[in-house]
Amino acid sequence: MHLTSFLQDGHLTVALTGEIDHHCAKAYIEAITAKIEAYTPKSCVLDFQEVTFMDSSGIAVVINALRNMTRIDGKLILTGLNNQPMKVFRTSGIDKLVEIKEAVV
Amino acid sequence: MKFENYMILEFPSKSANESFARSAVACFAAQMDPTLEELGDIRTAVSEAVTNCIVHAYPDGLGMITLRCRILKGNVLDIVIKDKGVGIENLEQARKPMFTTGGSERSGMGFTIMESFMSSFTVVSTPGKGTSVHMRRKLQRRK
Repeated sequence: MHLTSFLQDGHLTVALTGEIDHHCAKAYIEAITAKIEAYTPKSCVLDFQEVTFMDSSGIAVVINALRNMTRIDGKLILTGLNNQPMKVFRTSGIDKLVEIKEAVV
Repeated sequence: MKFENYMILEFPSKSANESFARSAVACFAAQMDPTLEELGDIRTAVSEAVTNCIVHAYPDGLGMITLRCRILKGNVLDIVIKDKGVGIENLEQARKPMFTTGGSERSGMGFTIMESFMSSFTVVSTPGKGTSVHMRRKLQRRK
C-alpha cells in the first residue's frame, strides 16, 4: 500500500497508488479513516489516477470513507478513475452514491 | 484434445497470492491476444474468486487453493478455482449483492462481479468439503 495526501483550506485529497485488493484494503481503510478523523475535512477527494487495478475490496475502501465523511457532514468525491476500477464501481452501483469527477490534467 | 493449452497452479491461502493468481492467469491468457478490457475483467474475476477462498473457505488458517486454466477451442478461457475449505451453507444468500460475512473490509460484491465480468459462472459448494468456482470468458478475435 502506498498513499499520499494533502490538506488545503479544509479539503483533503488522498492519492491511492498501485493495486487495491483484499491484501491491502484494510491498510487503506485504516489510513484513510485516520486522516479523516485527524483533519475532519469539509471534503475528501480519493484520487485513483495511479491505481492500476482494483477488485471489490476497493468498494469497501470507498464505503468506509463515505461512512466517515457522512458522519462529519462532509463530502466524498472520487477522481482519476481508469476504465477497470470504473467498471467495478459501476457494477456495484457506488457511482450512484458518490460523486465521481474527471481528473484535472 | 478438447483444449489448446492449460495450466494448473496450487498455492496456500495467503492474501499475498491474490495478486500472484490474477497476474499468472493474465500472463497465461496473453497468448489469446485479449483486449485490455478483457484482461481487466479476467483479472478482476480471478481476484474475487481467490479472495473468497482466502477470506471465507479457510477462516481460521491456511489451506490450499487450486487454480486450473484452459484455453478451449473458439478462443474461450476456462477457469476453475477450487478450495477444500468450510464450504458455503447458503449459496443463494451468498450470491446476493452486498451480502457478506467478511466484515467492514469486504463489500459483498464478489459473486456479482464474477457473474457480470465473465461469460459464464457456476459455483458448486458442499459445506465441510469445499467450494469450486467455474468461469468462462469468450474473447473476441481481433482482426
